[in-house]
Amino acid sequence: MSTATADHHDHDDHHGPAPGLMRWVYTTNHKDIGTLYLLFALVMFFIGGGMALIIRAELFQPGLQIVDPLFFNSMTTMHALVMIFGVVMPAFVGLANWMIPMMIGGPDMALPRLNNWSFWIMPFAFAVLLSTLFMEGGGPAGGWTLYAPLSLQGGDNLAFVIFAIHFMGISSVMGSINIVATIFNMRAPGMTLMKMPLFVWTWLITAYLLIAVIPVLAGAVTMLLTDRYFDTSFFSAAGGGDPVMFQHIFWFFGHPEVYILILPAFGIISSIIPTFARKPLFGYASMVYATASIAFLSFIVWAHHMFTVGMPLAGEMFFMFATMMISVPTGVKVFNWIATMWRGSMTFETPMLFAIGFLVMFTIGGLSGLMLAITPADIQYHDTYFVVAHFHYVLVPGAIYSIMAATYYWIPKWTGNMYDEKWGKIHFWVSTVFLNVLFFPMHFVGLAGMPRRIPDYSMQFADWNAVATIGAFGFGFSQLIFVYVVYKCIKGGEKATTEVWEGADGLEWTVPSPAPYHTFETPPAIR
Amino acid sequence: MNTIRKAHLIVAGKLSLLVVGMFGFGYLMVPLYDIICDITGLNGKTSSVAVSAPTESNASDRLVTVEFVSVVNSSAAWTFKPVQRTMQVVPGQTYNASYEVVNLSGHPAVGQAVPSVAPSSAAKYFNKIECFCFTRQEFEAGGRKVMPLVFFIEEDLPRSIDTVTLSYTYFDTGEEPADLSDS
Repeated sequence: MSTATADHHDHDDHHGPAPGLMRWVYTTNHKDIGTLYLLFALVMFFIGGGMALIIRAELFQPGLQIVDPLFFNSMTTMHALVMIFGVVMPAFVGLANWMIPMMIGGPDMALPRLNNWSFWIMPFAFAVLLSTLFMEGGGPAGGWTLYAPLSLQGGDNLAFVIFAIHFMGISSVMGSINIVATIFNMRAPGMTLMKMPLFVWTWLITAYLLIAVIPVLAGAVTMLLTDRYFDTSFFSAAGGGDPVMFQHIFWFFGHPEVYILILPAFGIISSIIPTFARKPLFGYASMVYATASIAFLSFIVWAHHMFTVGMPLAGEMFFMFATMMISVPTGVKVFNWIATMWRGSMTFETPMLFAIGFLVMFTIGGLSGLMLAITPADIQYHDTYFVVAHFHYVLVPGAIYSIMAATYYWIPKWTGNMYDEKWGKIHFWVSTVFLNVLFFPMHFVGLAGMPRRIPDYSMQFADWNAVATIGAFGFGFSQLIFVYVVYKCIKGGEKATTEVWEGADGLEWTVPSPAPYHTFETPPAIR
Repeated sequence: MNTIRKAHLIVAGKLSLLVVGMFGFGYLMVPLYDIICDITGLNGKTSSVAVSAPTESNASDRLVTVEFVSVVNSSAAWTFKPVQRTMQVVPGQTYNASYEVVNLSGHPAVGQAVPSVAPSSAAKYFNKIECFCFTRQEFEAGGRKVMPLVFFIEEDLPRSIDTVTLSYTYFDTGEEPADLSDS
């Protein structure tokens, strides 16, 4: 390993990054593109978060105080689109760019120019999407699911939204093709598939999910576009179409999409917990198979989003049991993480705190998901705040916490400096307290019957909504601590060692910190 | 280096085919959905073809309530109402019902009714001998029509169903009436 390290220093002298800002535009370096993706996600996180705060501010009290209902609806729609396509997905792609080549001992991504394209499409796609807010008639307000016929009855923002979705889709698909090609062709000799770190495995499976379902979404929104502007009748009953069919096609994409948002998180957590428990991951092979089973099952459960459309009983039963079956491989994963910590020499640095926070709170979200899977119960819960509580518990302390855990875990490798441990811990605790103040009460108002996507509500829900809004502002502003810690770490701090973490295992910890611009140009030896 | 480049292109090429294939699959779901609805009666879609009257058989001993519902699609200017709200019917016997429609818009228009039956499991037992939903109707500005419906419910209708709701949604097709514009 030490010889490999010396090599990198040599290369570093000749092939450093190009000077000036154009470096970032022209770059084909996986580390630069990873950084761009992560910074883009961070910016979008605050834009999407700002929208969430507008929503919560309006819901602080019953009645209409701050925004008009149309703008409120476009905030809920845009918040979802920005957070899903602009934050969680780009952040995971950014982490994949940074870490996958280093984890498998490859010099770069397989298709570097395509990589540059995948990133640079995103800012344009989001500029188009966000610009609809400033158009006459406002932004899309029919929900991020774009259900027909409602989405077809809005303004001309639909055309812009569809254009933006097509471009985000092209970006994701190109990124995924690149990741699959990298994993198949760029592994160091001796890095067999079953030796790959789980983050690489989960991303390989996620990339396949993306390639399989993003084109279906593209098809669905193209049908919306032609229904709206070119007189087709895919979803118009007058012309022989069926609006319910949109929901089937959309959720055929939509359900695998939710696993696209969580599988890479499973990979991150599977890297972090063994490091801080100082034990190898319990049940590596079962983790790989569990991930693959979740991916397979995700294709046959989509109609659990539509239990109230009037399906035959047999259909409801099938989708109910198939959905419940997903809890088996997910349970395997949770068990393995706990078993990894069992009798480990645990320490609780910030990445580990976020990983344990993920484990506890993602499981809460998973259990409310199991409640929603029960068809007769779902008819009561459908479109209430209980659903909002459920998917925010799996996405915020799930996907978002894993991204933050990953940032704290790998940022010493990226910048060469240790982050500020004290402020990292403060960030975790403040976020975790406010997050539960924000989302837990939503279970209560949801079970009591408060519908989602409404700017006004009945008096009986006032108290818990006020509590949730306080939590929302607390959680939102505590993310500024994260920005501060990241900024401070980029600027300087205690120098990180090559290994960074005492118990860390993996090829990324064999290159110096900060990781040189080019790593593993000669493949490392794999034990 | 050339072999690795070739390997990348092979992977990228195969995956691109998968992308194109899945885009096509999205569109394939449209006919698939119709076929599955036809087989299962999903979404309460009734047959859009007229059937012949039932052969006289031993009268069933039970009564089924048929409720008539009408909906006007939001963008259309019509009044559309069932003449009768409910009927008590004996499965296996033929009945007449009708809906009344008025074109409220100030111009000639063509309308089309789309039926749906709830519960959806009753859809395949609900047969129409004659229905205004089989054709489009042409109206002058302010025109009014009473439109007939002849139906029977099959005797095989499961015992658990004692009420069948027949709902029509009336759409403006947005077309110009052909024979009215000629005259």
